[in-house]
Amino acid sequence: MPKKAPKEIPAALNRAIDFYRLLNEVPLGVLILDRRRRVLFCNHALEAIVGITAATAQGLACRHVMRSRACLTECPAAQGDLSENVCFETDLINRDRKRIPIRCTLAPIFDAQEHPAGYVETVEDLRPLKEHGAKVNQAYGFGNVVGQSRQMEKLFRIVPVIAQSDASVLITGETGTGKDMLAETLHQESERAKGPFVKINCGALPETLLESELFGHAKGAFTGATENKQGRFHLAHNGTLYLTEIGDLPLPLQVKLLTFLDDKIVYPLGATKGFAADARVVAATHRDLERMVREGRFRQDLFFRLNVLRLHIPPLREREGDVRLLLDHYLNFFTRKTHRSVTGFAPKALSILLDYDYPGNVRELRNIIEYAVNVCREGKILPRHLPAYLSEERESIRPSSAAPQVVIPPPAEVAVEAPSGSGEGSWPMAERRIILEALVKAKGNRQNAARQLGWARSTLWRKMKHYGMDQS
Amino acid sequence: MIRKVLIPLSEEEVAPRFDLAAEVLLVELEADGRILQEKVLILPEPSAERLCHMVMTERAHTVICGGIDGEVFDYLTWKGITVIDDVIGLASAVLRRHAAGGLKSGEIVTTDNSFRPS
Repeated sequence: MPKKAPKEIPAALNRAIDFYRLLNEVPLGVLILDRRRRVLFCNHALEAIVGITAATAQGLACRHVMRSRACLTECPAAQGDLSENVCFETDLINRDRKRIPIRCTLAPIFDAQEHPAGYVETVEDLRPLKEHGAKVNQAYGFGNVVGQSRQMEKLFRIVPVIAQSDASVLITGETGTGKDMLAETLHQESERAKGPFVKINCGALPETLLESELFGHAKGAFTGATENKQGRFHLAHNGTLYLTEIGDLPLPLQVKLLTFLDDKIVYPLGATKGFAADARVVAATHRDLERMVREGRFRQDLFFRLNVLRLHIPPLREREGDVRLLLDHYLNFFTRKTHRSVTGFAPKALSILLDYDYPGNVRELRNIIEYAVNVCREGKILPRHLPAYLSEERESIRPSSAAPQVVIPPPAEVAVEAPSGSGEGSWPMAERRIILEALVKAKGNRQNAARQLGWARSTLWRKMKHYGMDQS
Repeated sequence: MIRKVLIPLSEEEVAPRFDLAAEVLLVELEADGRILQEKVLILPEPSAERLCHMVMTERAHTVICGGIDGEVFDYLTWKGITVIDDVIGLASAVLRRHAAGGLKSGEIVTTDNSFRPS
């Protein structure tokens, strides 16, 4: 049943409005077609894209007006009436003989009796987007992922291919390597880019909540379920569902996820009727799923189902030459963001940064540079502008080759343990030590310590509170 | 003088796009507009390059088409071929209009005042 409009809308529109004039104000190209796909109307934006006037286009078959590749090779409406909207990327050749990349959304129109009456097509000119994308992709990277090492180049070559496929993708890599960024890039480069990108952390919610969050629930399914709720799978319809920390997904939900991957139908908790969700699943984990399968903690069938296409992001220590590139990249980024005039790295500081192993990978490198830019303020970054833990006991924080996974303890644990010289290679630990050192140097004066750190006094106070250091 | 005309086809119509046509109508016209010979050629797959090659090997004088990429248009005109593009209509009607003289780029050729290609 169609939802009733709120009372305010009919009140605002209680006079007849000029529908075509309204459409002419829309910045997207809009084409209204009858059931035989003849043009009834096209707005000014579409006239500008295709280079034909609305008067000339009226009555012509859509394919002669649009001249898009999709019109001529795989028109979604050619097989009969559409029941729901479809979105696709294609290109057209306009009257200036220019080839224009476009994104079309074709939706059916129904009359008052719910009978198909025609179609409305919106057309988006993708030229600005593609030009921007080309610029972004030129800069030693792909999307937001930066790298020029052999390993990353190999990854960048395969990502566009994988993006165009609709199969499930499993992204693996240590913490901080950029799995989330890569997942988003995959979505942006895919044909589902116009659709939603829905992310859910499988390790962040308790099992019962997670089930309801992922699959939704029906009214009355459990105490407190007073309304029907759509799950993330439903929200990701026509888009991508990104399941991060898939290794933390409880076993019962693994079965349910597997069922979805097989049938593509979502059954909300307590509902008898399923919903056919057209969502691409991208999963990521920093865990060793093969080992979890062997230990019986992860279902083998789900692993095989997710492992259709696998992207492994190498840790930063294995990416030859990328540390230097990322140092410069983030230096530029934070210098611009904070309006500082930091010009580069002093040779000694650079040597420390290049020698470091980065167990926290790109995330850790980024944090280090953010810290250094905040502390340095101007000129070149010197060793004293770097977090102290980089130059102290560097050997002890190198992960052993047998256990490359680095688990960063949550801040609460850090505050309890507080082993000032233990050298656990985590950022919260290091930050805690930096604060302590600054406080010692400033002889306990928080104002001076904050100044030394390049922070506001309130930031220092917040961080001290966070690490449980304010109980003097 | 005999003139050769090449029309990329989409079923009975002038193909909306030169680069996506897999069939072409090749016609020899007498100076007075009479059709001497016509044949339909099939390409293994749509390709602007293949079509250009066919235009050259068949020694066509004129290409009548729908949408055409600027680069392909420039190439053909540089080779001395007359390209009449943005044409909409049934190929037979378009050909008759051309044979009678005066077919222009951007023309929508109808068989009567109400006809629009289906």
